[in-house]
Amino acid sequence: MKEKVLEVRDLRVTFNTPLGPLAAVRGVDLDVYGGEMVAVVGESGSGKSVSFLAAMGLLPRTATVEGSVVLQGEQLVGAAPKKLRSVRGRLMSMIFQDPLSALNPVHKIGAQISEMLRAHQSMSEKAALARAVDLLEIVGIPQPGDRAQQYPHEFSGGMRQRVVIAMAIANSPKLLIADEPTTALDVTVQAQILEVIQRVQAQFGTAVVLITHDLGVVARVCERVNVMYAGRVVERANIMDVFDQPTHPYTRGLLASLPQTGVERLVPINGFPPNMLKPPSGCAFRPRCTHATDACGASLPELQPVGDSMSACIRAREVMAKA
Amino acid sequence: MSALLSVSELVKEFHMKAPRGVRRQKRVVQAVSGVSFEVARGETLGLVGESGSGKTTVGRCVLRLIEPTSGEVLFGGRNLADIDFDEMRQLRRKMQIVFQDPYASLDPKMTVGASIAEPLVVQGVEGNHDEKVVSLLELVGLSADHARRFPHEFSGGQRQRIGVARALALDPELIVLDEPVSALDVSIQAGVVNLFADLQQRLGMSYIFIAHDLSVVRHIADRVAVMYLGKIMEIGDAETVYQKPSHPYTKALMSAVPVPNPRVERGRSRITLEGEVPSPVNPPSGCRFRTRCWKATDLCSTQEPRLELRPSGQMSACHHPEV
Repeated sequence: MKEKVLEVRDLRVTFNTPLGPLAAVRGVDLDVYGGEMVAVVGESGSGKSVSFLAAMGLLPRTATVEGSVVLQGEQLVGAAPKKLRSVRGRLMSMIFQDPLSALNPVHKIGAQISEMLRAHQSMSEKAALARAVDLLEIVGIPQPGDRAQQYPHEFSGGMRQRVVIAMAIANSPKLLIADEPTTALDVTVQAQILEVIQRVQAQFGTAVVLITHDLGVVARVCERVNVMYAGRVVERANIMDVFDQPTHPYTRGLLASLPQTGVERLVPINGFPPNMLKPPSGCAFRPRCTHATDACGASLPELQPVGDSMSACIRAREVMAKA
Repeated sequence: MSALLSVSELVKEFHMKAPRGVRRQKRVVQAVSGVSFEVARGETLGLVGESGSGKTTVGRCVLRLIEPTSGEVLFGGRNLADIDFDEMRQLRRKMQIVFQDPYASLDPKMTVGASIAEPLVVQGVEGNHDEKVVSLLELVGLSADHARRFPHEFSGGQRQRIGVARALALDPELIVLDEPVSALDVSIQAGVVNLFADLQQRLGMSYIFIAHDLSVVRHIADRVAVMYLGKIMEIGDAETVYQKPSHPYTKALMSAVPVPNPRVERGRSRITLEGEVPSPVNPPSGCRFRTRCWKATDLCSTQEPRLELRPSGQMSACHHPEV
């Protein structure tokens, strides 16, 4: 077994809202191993981004974070801001959907990457800038020496995302969290950025958590998948198993909703995601599930082994037998 | 089948304000540069392309929501450029649009019923609007009591259904669907896509379905037009274009879209295009795709290829077609 880079246990995030406490993440367990590419998929509001913002210590003060997030032996939940600052960018980095908001518009690209390097390593300005140019080359930016002297607005969307990736890997972190990194990009540019992320993963041995709603992207680059629904992981499996024999009715529903070759009619999931201010008792997917029974409302189902997968459906075996 | 809509040599230029500074220069962006196509009654034409390809501008020009710079749009045999304001207003009954953002396209202060009845009021349609609103709500899978509620009480998918009901109010012959499901989660998207298919079967109207999601377009469209930098690169029967793309751009675009099936996705060869879509302010000479094309020759930079019929039945604009 590879070394465990990140261990998340019973992570809970609650936002204090004027309408009452909103439980966005409700007990997430998740592991990330060295050098792997693992997917966290789910629809809007499933808690996939919030879980990792919580792990990074990036949530506003209206959020209460409980549970445990251990990154290479260091507990991050409740850690001092100073410690979190030293961890972020050094041991783990995060990139987002919109690269422009991650870059400072009034500083040159090279200076911004150097700053990232000098924040965590003792390095001369000159050496840091030279390293920044190397990093730009690694992420596939042509004429990196000249480009380092330019400002963010002079870069296209795809090139900005490359710059952000260069910044994220500057200190060779063990873990890169990519939150919908290609959602804002055109498909031909998405293909380029996914290749850059894969190259970085291979070259530096960085573990990558890919947060996405796009199952096509997952099918292309990930090895393991965590499916989230209403603040919980409902299925965890290897890439082939998720698509070949999904164990959770929600995963099955997602796959059936996708337009694919030879499919005449799509099968949507009935209803809509629950209001997280007052989630249903027991399994949160119950109101939309065609397999639900009274037992599903009794208690919150935990992940349990079903074949080679982990499933949070108490009827997983019946559901799979019926299909 | 007769053509309901016939567009020929459509051009739309946008004049950009000259940037402040020493070198003041007027800039013209040609968003659409000579586009021709037809839409038959009861047919769905898919319009696909990356950002900046001009697909949305084509949709707006067809409805004369923006005035085309030149070219001809014939709707039911009438040239839209020749008719005056009052006549255009009459004709608008026959052509409607559904927008991408179900949050921005409904007035938050109007009840859903009033929003759906508004086209009837504007067009001075006689009769009982309430009854019509109820039948429209039921047609799109909502219920009569939804008429009294306000947009904020609805989810994204439901709001999009309300937008569809409003577009249907005047029994249109053509509906432009401009990225109608892009803002929706996949499990919800499937239901709305099914709705479009069902409505067309029942009511027989034509659709122009504009989207960047190629798999949704393949699912719903009879024919598809692939646009790049304001021009149609390829147009033809959807299955032909998807299975046997003739234009290298179409081929690259298809191969860039990740297939949500790891066995298929990992087994296929992929063309990763270099660079990004050039600026429409200063498009490449000759073939607009040549700067990113692996087949480009000198001919491509000097002579612009015209759309030509290919053996498998589609038209493509390329000097070195794949088929």
